Amino acid sequence: MKSCKDVEIICTKIQYKEASFLEKIKIKLHVLFCKTCKTFSKQNTELTSLCSKANIKTLPLEEKEKMKTELKSKT
Amino acid sequence: MTKQELNPDIWVDSYSDYLFNYAVSRVSDSEIAKDLVQETFFAGLKSAKNFKGEAAERTWLISILKRKVIDHYRKINSKKAKSMVRITQNQNSESDSNFLEEQVADPKSLLENSQIENEELGMAIQDCIAKLPKKHALAFTLKTINGLSTEEVCKELDINPSNLWVILHRARTVLMDCLNNNWFKI
Repeated sequence: MKSCKDVEIICTKIQYKEASFLEKIKIKLHVLFCKTCKTFSKQNTELTSLCSKANIKTLPLEEKEKMKTELKSKT
Repeated sequence: MTKQELNPDIWVDSYSDYLFNYAVSRVSDSEIAKDLVQETFFAGLKSAKNFKGEAAERTWLISILKRKVIDHYRKINSKKAKSMVRITQNQNSESDSNFLEEQVADPKSLLENSQIENEELGMAIQDCIAKLPKKHALAFTLKTINGLSTEEVCKELDINPSNLWVILHRARTVLMDCLNNNWFKI
């Protein structure tokens, strides 16, 4: 019997496609009778699709470091 | 309202991504956007003494960036004026209908709307990410937005995979709550 916390973490793994086959089966079984985890899993999937839809771009870490040193040199 | 103070040491860590997104959606060139963000930070430092503390730091920086974006368009436009004005003909239109009619935007198109909505969504997500603890925010951004593998993120943050999953799980729970409050209930 898996606890809800474990299930939620596996659910997060699924969002990144890194859950093993066995873990996926466990989730499927658990979600059948646990409503909380079902909602959680649904919202988690929603978050993933929102994040990909928003198409957020970030500056690479090395660029940030470069900016930091340049800012320092000006102060 | 409490008086805000400037703290340039945290600018790059806290706001560079937010500003960068703002810029990239307006100039649609990441190199130019990067330069604009850089210039914004410099300008911010330079005029730090003019900061009255009435707005939040980030709002203030965004207002500088807005100016920079406008300046950028002014600059490229003044260059353009010197060269010839070119009208791009619609190459693939074979019909001999009115040229102007072809250029009119399709009023039924939802494309622009969803673009604007996605931009707002991006800003909302970043607002929420900014509320996370620093380590959680970094882990989430590296994994979700930059799409790094688990090993790479672990190496970057110096933690083990099961730690990372717990952090990601916590970050996602907070983000879901935050987006539920700020995005879906508008």
